[in-house]
Amino acid sequence: MSRLAIPKTYKLYIGGKFPRSESGRVYEVTTKEGAFVANAAKASRKDARDAVVAARAALSGWSGATGYNRGQVLYRIAELLEGRRAQFIDEIATTEGVTRTAAEAQVDEAIDRWVWYAGWADKYAQVAGSGNPVAGPYFNISVPEPTGVVAVVAPQAEGSLLGFVSAVAPALVAGNTVVVIASERYPLSAVSLSEVLATSDVPGGVINILTGSPAEIAPWLASHADVNALDLLGAGELDWVDLQIAAAETLKRVSPPENGPDAGAPRLERITAFTETKTVWHTKGLL
Amino acid sequence: MSFLDYAPAPESTSILNLRSEYGLFIDGDFVDGHGTPFDTISPATEKTIARIATADAHDVDLAVAAARRAYDRTWSRLSGADRGKYLFRIARLVQERSRELAVAESLDNGKPIKETRDVDVPLVAAWFFYYAGWADKLDHAGLGANPRSLGVAAQVIPWNFPLLMLAWKIAPALAAGNTVVLKSAESTPLTALLFAEILQQAELPDGVVNILSGAGDTGATLVNHADVDKVAFTGSTSVGRAIARSVAGTQKKLTLELGGKGANIVFDDAPIDQAIEGIISGIYFNQGQVCCAGSRLLVQENVHDEVVDRLKARLSTLRVGDPLDKNTDVGAINSAAQLKRITELSDIGEQEGAERWSPECNLPEKGFWFAPTIFTNVSTSHRIARDEIFGPVLSVLTFRTPAEAITKANNTPYGLSAGIWSDKGSRVLAVADRLRAGVIWANTFNRFDPSSPFGGYKESGFGREGGRHGLAAYLAPAARQAPGAVPVYESVIDAPAAPAGPEPLPPAEPAIPSLAEAPAIDATATSSSASATDATTAAEGNVR
Repeated sequence: MSRLAIPKTYKLYIGGKFPRSESGRVYEVTTKEGAFVANAAKASRKDARDAVVAARAALSGWSGATGYNRGQVLYRIAELLEGRRAQFIDEIATTEGVTRTAAEAQVDEAIDRWVWYAGWADKYAQVAGSGNPVAGPYFNISVPEPTGVVAVVAPQAEGSLLGFVSAVAPALVAGNTVVVIASERYPLSAVSLSEVLATSDVPGGVINILTGSPAEIAPWLASHADVNALDLLGAGELDWVDLQIAAAETLKRVSPPENGPDAGAPRLERITAFTETKTVWHTKGLL
Repeated sequence: MSFLDYAPAPESTSILNLRSEYGLFIDGDFVDGHGTPFDTISPATEKTIARIATADAHDVDLAVAAARRAYDRTWSRLSGADRGKYLFRIARLVQERSRELAVAESLDNGKPIKETRDVDVPLVAAWFFYYAGWADKLDHAGLGANPRSLGVAAQVIPWNFPLLMLAWKIAPALAAGNTVVLKSAESTPLTALLFAEILQQAELPDGVVNILSGAGDTGATLVNHADVDKVAFTGSTSVGRAIARSVAGTQKKLTLELGGKGANIVFDDAPIDQAIEGIISGIYFNQGQVCCAGSRLLVQENVHDEVVDRLKARLSTLRVGDPLDKNTDVGAINSAAQLKRITELSDIGEQEGAERWSPECNLPEKGFWFAPTIFTNVSTSHRIARDEIFGPVLSVLTFRTPAEAITKANNTPYGLSAGIWSDKGSRVLAVADRLRAGVIWANTFNRFDPSSPFGGYKESGFGREGGRHGLAAYLAPAARQAPGAVPVYESVIDAPAAPAGPEPLPPAEPAIPSLAEAPAIDATATSSSASATDATTAAEGNVR
């Protein structure tokens, strides 16, 4: 007689905790054929605002950590992902309706991409910064710093784990904290990733994950005055121009949607997109 | 007779060879504008300097078309080395005509000749010289090999550093291979037109740089023009917001350099003599009409009285008056509208309970003048501690611990500049790390250099001007190849005229407001924290 399995409750991830949506709402996650897989939490405006509060609270710690430290913390996530490989492959194969081989390839690529980004944590400032030869007796240096709280619309199509990693990893590398709206249709790998995060060394609030309707939640984040930047990587199907207009009110940095097979391809520009260059001058005087 | 009484030493205006009327500079020639011409006046005397053509929508079309033609046929086909040679020529011509440019700038803007002669114009030449050398070295700009120019750049500049802001915009744009349509500020069109003459002397190919005069609606028409690939704006945060909205959904790359409310932090171990000079130059340089001005002085409580007393003593020695006089330290306010704003905000400062002080000074009867002013007993909630005044008005606040100083300094939606005065290196570096501002001056203030990136955090805008970073604002990485595909672009020269972005965006519903609804764009660098003013300014067609 086969054992009766214990299905998982998929919840939100805010401030290092796993709340249900305060709205009490859920929606059905199904297989390609429409069979029920799980209920995912359907995040509300309030959940989004709570997530921003958590992200803001976590910012000084995460952005103040050394690049070496952030790099190790991020690398540790890749280690844990590797250990949970089978779980991600199962979820992806079930919900995205792809072959096991394709699911395996996606998970492997996602883990490798995470490692690629983790390695940038203690290097990007060296590549993107500069020492400036000003015409005068001044020490002058420019360094990139994290922009702050970044709201992210993760890619919505198949390839949900790879898309999620492509969207989130570069913002974290620089020291930003993020509020991510996961793929509406394929949210399971994002939620499972949050369980990885909770057992990793990433402080609570650095990554906050919302499942639900991006069309409903994204406008609240785009207009939120305590959000510094908006990554519309996966917002191609939304009214993203409206989101960009809402973001202009507080002059958020906005990264536009990307489509096609190259969407979210790993590159340094995805890291520097959410950084600010700080230039510091200091007088050189005689002793 | 005090040492402040002195014989006038005005710089002669005979070096100027001004015309009574100026047209628009389009496609290499001065042409008549189709808008209603306006007079540009000297803010020190209110006397008319010249009559200036106004560009309307038709003129903007002509200028953008000329820039597009020049981009397709000439400029994008030129080698980097040759583009650089033109820029070197321009730098040298600016140096040759520097005295003339300085006099014209002081006349039109109202700032002291000491500043235009020693700061503005030398920096203009330096900016062109610096970016000239970049033109054939773009592979090292940080975007990988063979970066692409963007196309036609629409640039709108403010009145506070008319010629310098022109240089900040045009030099990197041309070095990177773009062509330019620049709109000068309504109250300071003169030096941009003299610069157009320099372009003719440099034999810059027709249409590579086009210069338009006009008010906010001309600027709005320009940045909303469909055939523009890049928008660069320096001015108020409210207009910056309007521009960010209007370019949403387009592929126009955007750089915004907006308002500020810079904190100048003085610790009790600061080198006090230098700090006093730094505070003075931080807020009274250019009559305080500087986006990165150190308009909030944060003084450690135990040295507050000493610092304020010495500031007052120093302020009493500043000479306010004729901008063309070589002894003048503080010149005229740029316009009647700006004077009104400074006056209003200062009055509010008094009403809210801050203590106002100005040295005695005899202000000229004609023209726009405002005595240098210090407010003490200012609290963080006062308007004069929150709003950008954009005038010679310093608000003094106090703090006890470094942590409090940092919190107060960052307690603003702006994030352009900050200053730190302390003899303790470790403290300077620790505080610099935690200030959310794009430019931090430690034991100095208001220094600028073409190699040094400049620009804001938060609502002070985005993108950088100056240095390698400023160049990147006018470039895009080489088009990425699809796997296994033949490279789309063999070289920049073969690239199609309207460059596709590296990531083709989906056909967007462009949310470009129609011209009638378009926000008025004029590069006044004053700003209002109330975004509600946007609607009014749009209706009035001018943000002043």
